[in-house]
Amino acid sequence: MMAALCRDCLAILPGPAPSCGQCGGRRVLAHDELFDLAIAHVDCDAFFASVEKRDRPELATRPVIIGGGVRGVVSTACYIARLSGVHSAMPMFKALKACPQAVVIRPDFAKYTDAARRIRALMGALTPLVQPLSIDEAVLDLSGTAALHRAPPAVVLARFALAVEREVGVSISIGLAPNRLLAKMAAGWDKPRGFAVIGAAEAPSRLAPLAVGELPGVGPAQARRLAGLGLTRVGQIQALDPRGALARLGPDGPALLARALGQDARRVDPTRETKSVSAETTFAADLNDAATLEPALWHLAEKLARRLREQELAAGGVVLKLKTAAFALRTRSQRLANPTLLPDLIFETARGLLAREIDGTYFRLIGIGAAPLRPAEEADRGDLVDRDTAKLVAAQGAIDRLRARFGAGAIAKGRTIFSGSTKT
Amino acid sequence: MKFQADRASLLKALAHVQSVVEKRNTIPILANVMIAVREGKLTLTATDMEIAVVEDVAATTSRNGACTAPAATLYEIVRKLPEGAPIELDHPGGDAQLALRAGRYATKLVVLPTEDFPAMTAGSLPHRFDIPAAQLRGLIDRTRFAISTEETRYYLNGIYLHVAEGEDGKVLRGVATDGHRLARVELPLPEGAGGMPGVIVPRKTVAELRKLLEEMVGTVAVALSDTRIQFQVDAVLLTSKLIDGTFPEYERVIPRGNDKVMRVGREDFSAAVARVAAISAERSRPVKLTLDRNLLVLSAASAEQGTASEELDGERVHYTATPLEIGFQARYLNDITDQIENEVEFCFADGASPTVVRDAADTSALYVLMPMRV
Repeated sequence: MMAALCRDCLAILPGPAPSCGQCGGRRVLAHDELFDLAIAHVDCDAFFASVEKRDRPELATRPVIIGGGVRGVVSTACYIARLSGVHSAMPMFKALKACPQAVVIRPDFAKYTDAARRIRALMGALTPLVQPLSIDEAVLDLSGTAALHRAPPAVVLARFALAVEREVGVSISIGLAPNRLLAKMAAGWDKPRGFAVIGAAEAPSRLAPLAVGELPGVGPAQARRLAGLGLTRVGQIQALDPRGALARLGPDGPALLARALGQDARRVDPTRETKSVSAETTFAADLNDAATLEPALWHLAEKLARRLREQELAAGGVVLKLKTAAFALRTRSQRLANPTLLPDLIFETARGLLAREIDGTYFRLIGIGAAPLRPAEEADRGDLVDRDTAKLVAAQGAIDRLRARFGAGAIAKGRTIFSGSTKT
Repeated sequence: MKFQADRASLLKALAHVQSVVEKRNTIPILANVMIAVREGKLTLTATDMEIAVVEDVAATTSRNGACTAPAATLYEIVRKLPEGAPIELDHPGGDAQLALRAGRYATKLVVLPTEDFPAMTAGSLPHRFDIPAAQLRGLIDRTRFAISTEETRYYLNGIYLHVAEGEDGKVLRGVATDGHRLARVELPLPEGAGGMPGVIVPRKTVAELRKLLEEMVGTVAVALSDTRIQFQVDAVLLTSKLIDGTFPEYERVIPRGNDKVMRVGREDFSAAVARVAAISAERSRPVKLTLDRNLLVLSAASAEQGTASEELDGERVHYTATPLEIGFQARYLNDITDQIENEVEFCFADGASPTVVRDAADTSALYVLMPMRV
């Protein structure tokens, strides 16, 4: 018998129905394996925009875009703005062309972090196995929690979604499946306020008709390569055997075949750490020379150092990211001899990487990241050759203290004062 | 150009030159070896524009001339030929292919014009001296592990070779450091080296030179200027650019007053370090040394895998100073102890300061090691 659940009153129903016999709600979820599945992917719906709408109810019915100035990019677009074709990472000028009536709001990260923290606290009450994937996304393993909650995971999750709406004021979408891959896919299928289920038995047949690019991990470039091999649908990959996948698709073939079949052995790992910390900026006008790029890089190095410090991490290496005027992405990285939290060292390393990219190309975006990450206590301890770091650390400490007392503008290095204004 | 050579001599020479050629293949001719017979003498030349190797090879020559052919391919072919086979190389000149024959085997290789082959000139090399191969080998072995691979501090990417004031007068010193450890080796000052400038010999040159020195017994003739160094090792002439940079003032990082001395047998110590460190695959994890009167406890811990420890007691360890705890990266310890014959001497200041390590029986080498926090 097919299990069914009313997502509004949480009643367990005898079977699929257009509406709930108990409360009359129309959000009835029915699936053969509904009460057997325990891996959930939770994704907040247009998170930043939802938080803003929550705080400014007059915007509820208007298209809202969260992002930087005219030449910035869209960070989040609400569902109304998405109807006009606006999506995240879209350059703001394009977004405003598509949706001129949109209300553009500069991101207020403190507010979003606070909302995310509250959602995460609610997750923590469901299971210890919560792995955050980003500020607004997490995967949960609810295996073995039925006895504790006196309800199967599907019911617990539906209750959680209502609690998030009630207590945090934003909506979420849930994907429930036997593994992380399928849960992630399901989470995207019923947005917003969604709850989609993919069972183990039906996984291959549910995935078969999809375009290969819809498989998580298959980007546009790989999708084009696969199309070149005549593989445009997931079902065509499923038709290969592991040997054929290896022969036709190369070393990654068997793994891709497994994903096409909906298989995924990754565990939900709550201890999984942040892998990189970064900061980036899009220019008001494209730049092509070191003299104008470096001031922006310096601001980013300072910002990155601050973010690392906040998370008690240090940079074991520096990653430089550039986007050309033609939207081609370049990333370059360099390991550091010793982990650092010093903006000077981060900047100097990034500047070395940048120097090799200055070839007349115009860039529209520059970014800087720290990877691998090291614990903050390993940072800037100097070594046999480097006797200056300790002095720099002392100076940086003084700057941080002044800023804490008098605000960020209280003190700046010569480089910033004379560099004119750059937007970060 | 035409000559006959035996497989063993040709293979040895090709092995030397093919390890120098440019591996990344950005400029095709740099992957080639120049084979030249001039005045009845055969020489092979290879370069990556930083290093050049010119080697004389014994051969029966019958026609002068020169061509360039892919070094790696030629090496592979000669390597696969049966031992003892005489090999004939014949290049009629111009764009014609290079014919190689050995018994019933024959091959023809595409050549590139010798005119395009870059000549790496040494220029004038005003400082010249001879140094016994065994001494040079010892200097390299005891310093090269500490050479930095970090690009930002490029001036650490080699051995700093210079004249210095030793305990008993002037010495020739080799120093290498990556910031975490430092190795300093002293040799008697060779005649003629007194006026040489301090030079930084790049890592790749050090590696190539060390290979050439493997079986060498006599003396190596060294010639150098501010920008080039040249080593004549038997029939091989190795010319290299030097690193253009200033080596840091290393003397001030060598601690002078470290008075907590531990002596321990080399084999006991390095085996114990290896066993204790095996608990963790993460190579930056420290091994902790806990010292008490004539007692050394080595220990390591890994959050994932557990802990390990080993005791070395008074029969194997001599230590009479106040108790001490200090941590080092296991590989760094073993890189140093690998160079020590019998007994290792550690001179500590405290658990957080650089430590001096030496061979208790040999004062010519000194090592400095930065501790890790444990």
